[in-house]
Amino acid sequence: MKFAVIVFPGSNCDVDMYHAIKDELGEEVEYVWHDAESLDEFDGILLPGGFSYGDYLRSGAIARFSNVMKAIMKAAEEGKPILGVCNGFQILLEAGLLPGAMRRNNSLKFICRPVELRVENNETMFTSAYEMGEIITIPIAHGEGNYYCEQETLNKLIANRQIVFRYHNENPNGSLEDIAGIINEKGNVLGMMPHPERAVDELLGSADGLKLFQSIVKYWREAHVVNA
Amino acid sequence: MYKVKVYVTLRESVLDPQGTAVKGALHSLSYNEVKDVRIGKFMELMIEKSERNIDELVREMCEKLLANTVIEDYRYEIEEVVTQ
Repeated sequence: MKFAVIVFPGSNCDVDMYHAIKDELGEEVEYVWHDAESLDEFDGILLPGGFSYGDYLRSGAIARFSNVMKAIMKAAEEGKPILGVCNGFQILLEAGLLPGAMRRNNSLKFICRPVELRVENNETMFTSAYEMGEIITIPIAHGEGNYYCEQETLNKLIANRQIVFRYHNENPNGSLEDIAGIINEKGNVLGMMPHPERAVDELLGSADGLKLFQSIVKYWREAHVVNA
Repeated sequence: MYKVKVYVTLRESVLDPQGTAVKGALHSLSYNEVKDVRIGKFMELMIEKSERNIDELVREMCEKLLANTVIEDYRYEIEEVVTQ
């Protein structure tokens, strides 16, 4: 399976993402610059964290209009797995690939530490390797992760089981319904504030994020074995 | 040429943590009259006259980029200016 790590001016978790895929997951991966025309050669798209365009105007607001977003929209329509982490999640929200928006953390502080998450839906291409309700430890690092959406949208998210991860025990940022990660209706675009790519090795505190990437590969292999 | 002032604020229904913190700071300075503070953004655009209706044009810019209407409200003032 071949992954693309999209690099925007100001991305700063692109190397962690690349490392997670290449060294820990053992799959193919390439960096793709934000002005790329096509993502056709890739099977999975990863939008890393950081501060694309300096977070000017709003987090993700400028990146959302970069050239590569057209190819990302196309990949989303084709059903390819797309994962946005942290700033990547914010870009997916701004682009309308996922519903809602991020507000400043209710503490007004940038929070950088491991948090506990609860797996709320393990029947997705991103979470099949987890147990339902499994508690995992993944680091967060953000100043604007306070998820918000309209009541009507929230009802839909709940009804369709689109809330994939919730903060467990404590809500670090004021996020609505303790939301840490959501998926689109179709089930191929996941956005999450916690950084699974920073939790792929016990040596660095947790390897709980690795199963997320393994789930994607498992999904892809099964889909392609069936097609073959 | 038009001078356009755009004001973007969090929607009334959305809690504004920055505004709440600033209100607290004002109260600590004994300005207890302050009942609410909303923090927003102010943008000034210089826009050349074109075929497009200026009001329509600015509204489009606000909807597409300048405000995120999921959480933000916007309003704007358009002033015609003479440039040398």
